Amino acid sequence: MTMELLLDVLTAACILGSLVFFLAGTVGLLRFPDVYNRLHAVTKADNLGLGLVVLGLCLQTDSLLRIVELVGIWLLVLLGGATSAHLISHTSLRDGLVPWERP
Amino acid sequence: MSWLYSLAAWLLVVSLLFGVVRIAIGPSEADRMVTAQLFGTTGVAILLLLAYSVQSRPIIDVALVLAVLAVIAIVAFVRRVRQPLRSELPTDE
Repeated sequence: MTMELLLDVLTAACILGSLVFFLAGTVGLLRFPDVYNRLHAVTKADNLGLGLVVLGLCLQTDSLLRIVELVGIWLLVLLGGATSAHLISHTSLRDGLVPWERP
Repeated sequence: MSWLYSLAAWLLVVSLLFGVVRIAIGPSEADRMVTAQLFGTTGVAILLLLAYSVQSRPIIDVALVLAVLAVIAIVAFVRRVRQPLRSELPTDE
């Protein structure tokens, strides 16, 4: 009983923490000055937020296979996020988009 | 706990809606694709929370598919920018 309560509290903390990171990602996407900065905000903050969601949900899961599946999804998103961030920034550089500098 | 999952999922949907502003104001195509990436990551989180909220196992598989498709969308965008469509190539008259 106490154990379940502890797990519930930890899950709630993880999910609330993840909301902060997702919010930071969206704010960064809207406020940062150029595409490279925005990529940085979206890929880093959101992947960490998703990791916290996965961690929180794993605490509520009793089968090991299900946990492996959740962590696998997270790793796939990490891999895909890193790949597409490089693709987008490379394309932007090729298109001649000059990185922003503090004026 | 179910109410917490659905509350978090709704808040993430609101955060996605704010991301749409970036699609509207651009300015470059790459900026809009960054929002597509945001949709991929946040969408996976929303689906996972939804799966635990309504206790439905298949939604986890939907999240897995979305994770793959988000990357494919970006790759398609990059290929499209690098190689212009045939109709856009300069024609020698």
